[in-house]
Amino acid sequence: MTELQTAPTATDTPGAMIELHGVGKIYPGSSVPAVADLDLAIPEGEILVLVGPSGCGKSTTLRLINRMIEPTSGRIVFDGEDVTAVNPDHLRRRIGYVIQQIGLFPHQTIAENIGTVPRLVGWDKARIAARVDELLDLTGLDPVQFRDRYPKELSGGQAQRVGVARALAADPPVLLMDEPFGAIDPITRDRLQNEFLRLQGDLKKTIVFVTHDIDEAIKMGDRIAILGEQSVIRQYDTPERILAYPVDEFVSDFIGAGSTLKGLNFERVRDLELISDFPVVDVDTARDEAQRRFDASPEKWMLVLDSVGRPHRWVNAGHLADASHPLAEVGAAVNSTVMPNATLHDALEEMLLSNAGCAVVVDERNRYQGVLDIEVLADVLKQLRQQAKKHYDDLAQLDAVDQEAQLQDAEPQ
Amino acid sequence: MTSLHDVPSEVVELDAVHSAPPPGARDEQVSDDADGYRLPPGVRLIRSNLGLFVTPLIVIAGIIALRVYYNSADKIFQDERALDWERNLRPQLEEHLGITLWATVFTIVIAVPLGILLTRPRYRRFGSPVLAVATSGQAIPAFGLLVLAFAWLGRGPWTTIWALALFTMLPVLRNTMVGLEQVDRNVIEAGRGMGLTKRQVLRRIELPLAIPVILAGVRTALVITVGMAALAFLIGGGGLGETISAGLKLSRDLVLITGAVMTALVALSVDWIAALAEKTLRPKGL
Ligand SMILES: Nc1ncnc2c1ncn2[C@@H]1O[C@H](COP(=O)(O)OP(=O)(O)OP(=O)(O)O)[C@@H](O)[C@H]1O
Ligand SMILES: [Mg+2]
Repeated sequence: MTELQTAPTATDTPGAMIELHGVGKIYPGSSVPAVADLDLAIPEGEILVLVGPSGCGKSTTLRLINRMIEPTSGRIVFDGEDVTAVNPDHLRRRIGYVIQQIGLFPHQTIAENIGTVPRLVGWDKARIAARVDELLDLTGLDPVQFRDRYPKELSGGQAQRVGVARALAADPPVLLMDEPFGAIDPITRDRLQNEFLRLQGDLKKTIVFVTHDIDEAIKMGDRIAILGEQSVIRQYDTPERILAYPVDEFVSDFIGAGSTLKGLNFERVRDLELISDFPVVDVDTARDEAQRRFDASPEKWMLVLDSVGRPHRWVNAGHLADASHPLAEVGAAVNSTVMPNATLHDALEEMLLSNAGCAVVVDERNRYQGVLDIEVLADVLKQLRQQAKKHYDDLAQLDAVDQEAQLQDAEPQ
Repeated sequence: MTSLHDVPSEVVELDAVHSAPPPGARDEQVSDDADGYRLPPGVRLIRSNLGLFVTPLIVIAGIIALRVYYNSADKIFQDERALDWERNLRPQLEEHLGITLWATVFTIVIAVPLGILLTRPRYRRFGSPVLAVATSGQAIPAFGLLVLAFAWLGRGPWTTIWALALFTMLPVLRNTMVGLEQVDRNVIEAGRGMGLTKRQVLRRIELPLAIPVILAGVRTALVITVGMAALAFLIGGGGLGETISAGLKLSRDLVLITGAVMTALVALSVDWIAALAEKTLRPKGL
């Protein structure tokens, strides 16, 4: 990793599958580079999302990796091998490529389309046919129904699935995807994204995913590289940390308002300490005992649990004063709860909906575990921000030390 | 390559008509659940190719009418001689077809590779000039071209063949170039991105996708050639023009009309065969 010091990579990056070293591209007839001196390590088995404003050079960067575009400068290392000068056609057969417009061959059936690369690398017919069916299955298309169709007989979402299947056909270790879900309606896109994430959970491919949509980046990325003009990396990190701590104004502008809320999607209820001293009583507690406990607590609401410990009613001072009904019948019903694996985003929604301003946490059998309130969330967010900031401060310090070391190295000459 | 499309061209417009899916093709754009209304393949084939059944009927009707006319007409000795099947009509028909066939073959063999070459990045810049030359070349009247060829190559069918091949180069060349240029860039990008070499992309993707447009150009060339082959007799090239000319010289309507009708029937048949080829060679899925 020493050659890659200038890349603002996180320190816990796993082994890099692809490395770009000082890669640049100046298109003929243009004076400004489309990609300027880019150092980038693409971690193995993860989805790295390149995201940035239109025209910042995302597609160019992606196409430099499989040498659809020849770099003007720099080196590209693929799986430990310098591929800057190898036969690009052979290189591309080892790298899956999916584009927004999909580019299925209209005169070939779906099976022929998917079998393109296996045919190129010389698989036999039976193996290709089996692989085609396997991939159709994997991408949620019925092989019997789809293998002999032509691309024009597919919907946009189906075509995009075939595009992904085709890119996966010869089982390449790396997949390059240029806005693969860009031209699809939001509902189908969401479904394709989820399916793809599920697929990736099994396949563990090394994926470079280009999008200009920050929400898609947050959803899809194990890591995100936010790119500025000329493909300069403005921030490179996990989505959580980018949301918690955008390093500069460019990044925070790009993430846009609501980044804090988006960050809540990455935290789970089970990782938090629940409020333990929230007033709670069993349904058959005596009324004066219940009143006593309520008075002892600063909270304005108290939770009544049923006989097996499930949240039952919310009661406040007014409800308690009404002695004509048993505890089980006063107050308001608890109609929603969250489980420990819910995200904080879900929890926040519950808080906003509940009378008491609290989210009730229950276990799998709906038994009361504790509550969360808005203050807990605020604390969590503050902590996340602090952690991320500390991470960057540490990095900066490391950098400074490194630079000093380099200076000292350089001194004797 | 916008300049390609700037060239005013009846051929390219014609293509738009040709490359529009035939009426029946719409039926094939079925969604998941639409299999129910799919017609049996035989019925669909006939329905979408109705046009292809009309021409043979016209040709057969024409042949019958011609025979009836011939049998019922008063004939003099010169008529019988000029319209003798073995001595005149059959050899002329064969020459006519031969000229058409060879001229078209030469056109294809020259214009298609040239069109491919002129759409490759290396030679693309020559595309517009070459097309411009070809277009202005076609402004020369066919007759003038035949005379020029005669002056250069002398008498005989091969002179006609070369002259016609040259004359019909333009539609094939232009359609080859347009056909290749109109292939969706994304399809090519996807092909290259998967590791197909440039040659494989050309052979497996670009050419198959350009075939309908190229064939439309070839069909135009064929129709022009088969019509102009009637002029071949002017420079000793033979063909059915001989009979027409004999009819004019003898002032015999029977001979003149037989020659003219046969020329027309041959043209219709050739066009029909070309249409058939266009239909069957068009890749499925387009
Ligand atoms: N073939 C080309 N020739 C010349 N310039 C190009 C070419 N392709 C892209 N560019 C320029 O390079 C820059 C980066 O383009 P690129 O397509 O990589 O942007 P992008 O980040 O993918 O944008 P988008 O989100 O709009 O797809 C742009 O300024 C673009 O105009
Ligand atoms: Mg792009």
